[in-house]
Amino acid sequence: MRLPNQKNALKSAWRLAGLILAVVARTRAATPFENPAALTPENKIDEIVFARLQHMHIAPAQLCSDPAFVRRVYLDVTGTLPTTTEAQRFILDKAPDKRRALIDRLLANDEFADYFAMKWADLLRIKAEFPINLWPNAAQAYHHWIHDAIRDNRPWNEVARDLLTANGSNFEKPPVNFYRAMQNRTPNGIAQTVALTFLGERADRWPSNDLANFSVFFANLGYKTTAEWKEEIVFFNPAATNAGALNGGPRKTIFPGGQRVTLPPDQDPRAVFAAWLVKDPQFARNLANRTWAWLLGRGIVQEPDDFRADNPPSNPELLAFLANDFAASGYDFKHLCRLILNSKTYQLAAISQSQSPDAAANFAFYPLRRLDAEVLIDAVDQITGAKEKYSSAIPEPYTFIPDNLRSIALPDGSITSGFLEMFGRPPRDTGMDSERNNRITAAQKLTLLNSSQMQKKIEASQMIAFQTSGNRAPADIATGMFLGILSRFPTAAETRTAQNYFDSGISRRQATVDLAWALMNSTEFLYRH
Amino acid sequence: MSAFYFDIEKQRPRISRREAIRRALFTASGLMLANHISFRALAAAPTARAKAVIQIWMWGGPSHLDIFDPKPEAGYDYCGPLKSPIATNVSGIRIGELLPLLAKQADKYSIIRSMTHGNNGHETASYLVQTGRQPGGRIVFPCVGSVVSLAKGYEAGYKGLIPPYVVLTEPQGRFDEAGFLGARYKPFSTGGDPSKIPFAVEGVVAPGITAQHQKDRRELLHHLDTLAQALPVDPQVTANTQAENSAYDMILGDGAKVFDLSQEKPELRDRYGKSKFGQSCLVARRLVERGIPYVTINYGGWDTHKNNFQAMQRQLPELDKGFATLLQDLSERGLLDSTIIWWGGEFGRTPKVQWEAPWNGGRGHYGKVFSAALAGGGFKGGQVIGASDARGEEVKDRPVYPVDLIGSIYAQMGISPTTKLPNPEGAPTFVMPQAADGIKSAGLLKEIMSA
Repeated sequence: MRLPNQKNALKSAWRLAGLILAVVARTRAATPFENPAALTPENKIDEIVFARLQHMHIAPAQLCSDPAFVRRVYLDVTGTLPTTTEAQRFILDKAPDKRRALIDRLLANDEFADYFAMKWADLLRIKAEFPINLWPNAAQAYHHWIHDAIRDNRPWNEVARDLLTANGSNFEKPPVNFYRAMQNRTPNGIAQTVALTFLGERADRWPSNDLANFSVFFANLGYKTTAEWKEEIVFFNPAATNAGALNGGPRKTIFPGGQRVTLPPDQDPRAVFAAWLVKDPQFARNLANRTWAWLLGRGIVQEPDDFRADNPPSNPELLAFLANDFAASGYDFKHLCRLILNSKTYQLAAISQSQSPDAAANFAFYPLRRLDAEVLIDAVDQITGAKEKYSSAIPEPYTFIPDNLRSIALPDGSITSGFLEMFGRPPRDTGMDSERNNRITAAQKLTLLNSSQMQKKIEASQMIAFQTSGNRAPADIATGMFLGILSRFPTAAETRTAQNYFDSGISRRQATVDLAWALMNSTEFLYRH
Repeated sequence: MSAFYFDIEKQRPRISRREAIRRALFTASGLMLANHISFRALAAAPTARAKAVIQIWMWGGPSHLDIFDPKPEAGYDYCGPLKSPIATNVSGIRIGELLPLLAKQADKYSIIRSMTHGNNGHETASYLVQTGRQPGGRIVFPCVGSVVSLAKGYEAGYKGLIPPYVVLTEPQGRFDEAGFLGARYKPFSTGGDPSKIPFAVEGVVAPGITAQHQKDRRELLHHLDTLAQALPVDPQVTANTQAENSAYDMILGDGAKVFDLSQEKPELRDRYGKSKFGQSCLVARRLVERGIPYVTINYGGWDTHKNNFQAMQRQLPELDKGFATLLQDLSERGLLDSTIIWWGGEFGRTPKVQWEAPWNGGRGHYGKVFSAALAGGGFKGGQVIGASDARGEEVKDRPVYPVDLIGSIYAQMGISPTTKLPNPEGAPTFVMPQAADGIKSAGLLKEIMSA
């Protein structure tokens, strides 16, 4: 009979020790956002980044905590908040490789395709009306096409070739819309758009000869309308002599890399260019750098669409590694995302341990960024169960806006809402990265803190109804709200704060509404971290 | 004229072949008086006569024949029932019969009857009229309000609580107003309805939340803002805190008072008209009084494809009350001299009435010739610039292109045509187009600008 007792005593001792360890661990991790575990390289990215940080005497941040990770990776990969259950399950999961498993799961989600199609639609300027005049059904078809390419993880050399060489109707051959989604359809204007999209370069800064040579590839592009309303055919037009007598004749030119090429008379020069492009290292560098910037908030070359000799990468070895790996994988976009997401560099906390002005450019911490307009309103609506109303200046029936459409899944830049406009959704005029404006303004704060729009969403939400139902204790209400809104458990101090607010003589319902309001206006809610 | 067509780098005019031909033509017809000296003189920052602009934006395109360019002699097919224009307090100027109050204020504004750009699409025409630019380049240009909010707002040390570019009450949504300047230069749209009490300006006035409650929940927010506490020096956190402080200055401080129309005398509110438009005019005056440099009243309902005349009967008295009272009120307060009122839409409407179904007396889009009006801020009143032909179908005399009107507003506001705009693509870009841009122009509105 003593043995079991002894065993029990031993068990309790271990439990106590475990508890003490946990408490120690918790005090070492100063915030709910950090994890004090030792920082060991996970992959080649970390070896390169950490070596450079060490060389520059920049201390990296700690690893991010599990709650910070689950929220971050949902937002970065799917543009979507984890639900209460998803957050809770991940935080309590004991599996050592749970971060890797979550990354794999999220890359297979529908929202991954929605969210990255949104980014590509910004870049490709998918918009029905003014100044990009795709017209609604062509915009929808084009978005659908790029969305499926991302969902099916088509290799990007193929996707790029399709976009650059397509011929046919804007309704039936969606990638031809690449050449329609620009205001300036001269060979010169097209060349600038192609350089921005696929080389990450601003060709208006090139020497004018280089741009003229490049534009030769797009000089035989024809556009014609048909009897069908707003249909337009994009085609190879050998007769077009827009290029003029450059370099001794229209059939000779120079690639952006500097090699000379003679264009076969029977071949669409776009195909010659596309074949060169997808083998050029700058093609992989551009896509690797854009992907890095999408996930880490800052390019290795920054701005991500401003590659030029006097704007070098902050870590050339890192960019070279990512570009080579991306090319070697057969331009496998999910592979590239997986590589970056699994790195400890991506998983650093947002709390910098360094005062160095070079810390950010060398990825010593995960930088705070205000949520994208679309992601923010989707998050608000997910929590409150509200629905956003969209409108398009193009009247129905041409613009179809289904109910329950999330903002990240909007196909057409002409479909919008006051919230999206105010929070800096890109107008899709130029495809430049800087069009998206995530800088906070006083007007945005007025909307979030004090608009009837937000107040109504919170007050009418299922969450408030659920939390105030029955006779739940304030601490339980706080736990539910923290998990639902911030994807983590409250700290003891936070629970006390909530408790005090409930005890301040305010109605239970009002206290619950105010608590939701406070959490939804917190830095933690508004910013990726 | 053409003050803006010059090469910044070399500080002397640069004239393209096309421009040279165009100039020769205009000079021959006596419209052109540019020389190199006047170019230089105008390149220096002009003296600011105006401090603010109130833009009455007639969204949809108002009918020029029924408002400021009546053509009773053209007959029923052009005028419909509105065949008896009325005299104004300026001899020789007649305007539409449904505008008796504006007729009594005609000495305060000038009418441009020869606006033209030739485009009949809402989006493109809105862009043409409000940016003066042609679409088709790589970029989208900012509209006048965004440029003013840059040059006379943020870059001129504007520190007001309310953003320097306000739209009453909904944004236009036809193109990105701020263009390449970005979100900061977009208008602050008030939402709400100023004809209701209170005027619930979105985010500023929250009915049902007391000041004490505002303070209590803000304190709760600060206690629970754990990430901000962990990152006291992060630039994003600092920016967020600053924006929050500005927002609460509006919510709890004086900012909201500008929208409180109960501070106005009931008789004056009545004079403006109790419509959304009328009360918006009153709010616009209050905003200008407090130093906001650009206010747009986005006034819809003018896209009168069907039943044009019923719409005119219904809406023009509302326009008449609001606009006329605004002129009178600004004038009585001594504010008209420093406040430009710019009235107009993206185009006019087809002079020939479409009587057949389904239009039933409607008017279509018409960009070939249309009207605009300017008052105050150094613009002379009581003048008519240009003319349309007998049926209001063509410019007969003195074309005015959008860039001419916009350039004149900039000149009165003291914004130099060569003020640089931060174009993200890096090419030097200026407030006014240069010769190479190939924008049609027939010169600033010298006729109504004091020397």
